[in-house]
Amino acid sequence: MRPNVYMYILVMAAVTYLIRLLPLTFIQKEIKNTTIRSFLYYVPYVTLAVMTFPAILTATNNQWSGVFALITAIFLAYKGCSLFKVSLASCLVVFIVELFL
Amino acid sequence: MEGNLSYWKKGIRDGIPISLGYLAVSFTFGIAAKEAGISVMQAIIMSATNLTSAGQFASLGLINASAGYLEMAVTQLIINLRYSLMSCVLSQKLSRETSFIHRFLIAIGVTDEIFGVSAHIDGKLNPYYTYGLISVALPGWTLGTFLGILSGNLLPERILSALSVALYGMFIAVIIPPARHNRIIAGIIIVSMFFSLMFTKLPILMLISPGFRIIILTVVIAGLAAILFPVKEGDMNET
Repeated sequence: MRPNVYMYILVMAAVTYLIRLLPLTFIQKEIKNTTIRSFLYYVPYVTLAVMTFPAILTATNNQWSGVFALITAIFLAYKGCSLFKVSLASCLVVFIVELFL
Repeated sequence: MEGNLSYWKKGIRDGIPISLGYLAVSFTFGIAAKEAGISVMQAIIMSATNLTSAGQFASLGLINASAGYLEMAVTQLIINLRYSLMSCVLSQKLSRETSFIHRFLIAIGVTDEIFGVSAHIDGKLNPYYTYGLISVALPGWTLGTFLGILSGNLLPERILSALSVALYGMFIAVIIPPARHNRIIAGIIIVSMFFSLMFTKLPILMLISPGFRIIILTVVIAGLAAILFPVKEGDMNET
């Protein structure tokens, strides 16, 4: 007999939620150790950089639209544009570049 | 209460790019779910309760193969383990008085994107900001799944392709501005991207799953940076 899909969903949701929840509930105090604090401070930069590159180059239909989106996003982010503007502009660049390719 | 409401509204505004990106990704998830023989209701419930892309995609293969529940649990644990690292970071962004109920609710929204945006907020994190992000991101994720499974060709290919960079654009907008004034962060970003590229190109290393690639690189690079360049208290509050 094929196992129940709803049971699978329950197992998945429970495991994923616990992974997210446990550190948030167990670590209530402020960590004083400078090395750990520094580590946690640097984590988002490494994680987001690793997730963005090179994945952005293969996300779109065409590698070049990905390259242009990357350059546009870095440029606008460097100029201090908001999350929304940077995100929307990179989408538009992909759309426009792919009209020509 | 007034303050909480404005944090919630700000979260909604910053959550719009997340929602758009989710729409594109979950749309493709919906298509994949349909191919795997999952019903519309099951796909919607899965997206609403899991809110994770890699884990949900992986589950389709397991469900199709009638894998054991334990196998499903272990797979999800491995793929989604990175979220616990993110929760550790968020635990330090919350004020100490933040009650359990807020911690339970924030945990629903620990995804790569909601974490990334929550972590880059100045100073302490108000839970209502994260609730704002969740209240647009979760419907986007669920709606995309619904549309994808309902009709695989509802959104034109070009639009999907364009939306697929929304999340990456947002990540870049989070990490680049602090790098302007901080050479260490700039260096860390370049090193991270370089090794991420190596991990996708080099033999053996490319066999490591994306989830573990993120965990390994984060622990090693952020760990070395913390030892080599410990952050002073004042700098930490700036960004």
